[in-house]
Amino acid sequence: MAILEVKGIEKSFEDTHVLKNINFSLEKGEVMAIIGSSGSGKTTLLRCLNFLERPDKGSIIVNNEVIFDATNPSTQKESELRKKRLHFGLVFQNFNLFPQYTVLKNVTLAAELLAKERPDYKQNKKAITEEIQERAKMLLAQVGLSDKLDFYPHMISGGQQQRVAIARALALEPDILCFDEPTSALDPELTGEVLKVIKNLAERDTTMIIVTHEMDFARDVADRVIFMDDGVIVEQGSPQEVFGNPKEERTKQFLARYNKT
Amino acid sequence: MNEISVIISRLSESFLLNCKLFALTLIFSLPLGLLIAFGSMSRFRPLRWLVRTFVWIIRGTPLMLQLIIMFFGPGLLGLSFSWPGGASGRFIAATVAFIINYACYFSEIYRGGIESIPKGQYEAGQVLGMTKPQIFFHVTLLQVIKRIIPPVGNEVMTLVKDTSLARIIANKEIIMMAGEYTNKGLIWPLFATGIYFLVFIGVLTILFNWLEKKLSYFRT
Repeated sequence: MAILEVKGIEKSFEDTHVLKNINFSLEKGEVMAIIGSSGSGKTTLLRCLNFLERPDKGSIIVNNEVIFDATNPSTQKESELRKKRLHFGLVFQNFNLFPQYTVLKNVTLAAELLAKERPDYKQNKKAITEEIQERAKMLLAQVGLSDKLDFYPHMISGGQQQRVAIARALALEPDILCFDEPTSALDPELTGEVLKVIKNLAERDTTMIIVTHEMDFARDVADRVIFMDDGVIVEQGSPQEVFGNPKEERTKQFLARYNKT
Repeated sequence: MNEISVIISRLSESFLLNCKLFALTLIFSLPLGLLIAFGSMSRFRPLRWLVRTFVWIIRGTPLMLQLIIMFFGPGLLGLSFSWPGGASGRFIAATVAFIINYACYFSEIYRGGIESIPKGQYEAGQVLGMTKPQIFFHVTLLQVIKRIIPPVGNEVMTLVKDTSLARIIANKEIIMMAGEYTNKGLIWPLFATGIYFLVFIGVLTILFNWLEKKLSYFRT
């Protein structure tokens, strides 16, 4: 059963048609890589899934529940979307950690704020807070940062910051974790540690959508690859198919350019 | 008591008016400025336009003129409203004019601070399921405060010295008091007022440096 179904997504910014009839589905535990040149609409697609942009047309279905439908205004209220976007987690290209909080607090903050909305929060405040703390420490251990809990973001490297951002996204237990070019802002020698963490998550059957320019990584970690160009999905399939035996001319051109550089 | 100590105690007494005006202006204009800042960033165009025009008028005219208009305006326009009589009415009129003037300057500092926070900070809060108020109070506010401390410090120090403009509507502040001696041919009390301002600004400088240091534990 598909955990995510995306149907007929369209998005325009003024006169630019950025996404054209995007359809795909994702199985639970599947890792999908989205590749394509800059301006092909990959990032906009990811931002639509996280409701940082509103699609003009189409619907988004998670676990058989329609969480967004462009024809149904009641699914588009900000208060509704706020809860529904928690089905998704997003790791940004430039981390966007909160600079005034420690590594640990970066991971716990959102969970603590959400916990306040629980009806039993007042009675169980202590237990809930402790649980959130424990879970955050566990996640930070998982990304190899147990020794940095009390550090502030500016005190650690870019690779470490991105690993904190991954832990922060995981803290809210999203159904689908999205990555927007997670290593593009990093020095080459720091990309490895971040990719390793993502690969680790893939091995634990985390459902993920990864927008990336790291072709070797996409080939290695993805179950399915989507190639986008000019706002459309040109080709999708297993990494073997898309990288090894691309059918479309545009895919061939794109991959040829990558293999040269 | 000899004459010098009489003069000094009268200067000190009148400086209290400067201090009171300073404190009241800060207490009300700092939050009012935030309200104006939100208005000038509103997505509702007429409100934004109205607020920005108001800020333009207030920043575009001398505070001294605003004091005069604030005090004499209601009477000249034949309004039923009038300031209370005597010294208290003059003081209240001055305070209101100062609050409005400084709120406009603060609002622009706030706006600059708020708009300088990278969009990614808001988006990170959004994708983590935070509400807009939560993002403002838990994510951006402290970053804004850190960024605006130097310009706010500047404005606050200007305010200390601007309080003496209240004499234009006959508030007996320190320079007006010293002026009475100047008229009698005694010049040193006027020079002595400088010391009061210097000491006050010195204390503020220390305070703002301390605040800046307090927030140096993180980088934006």
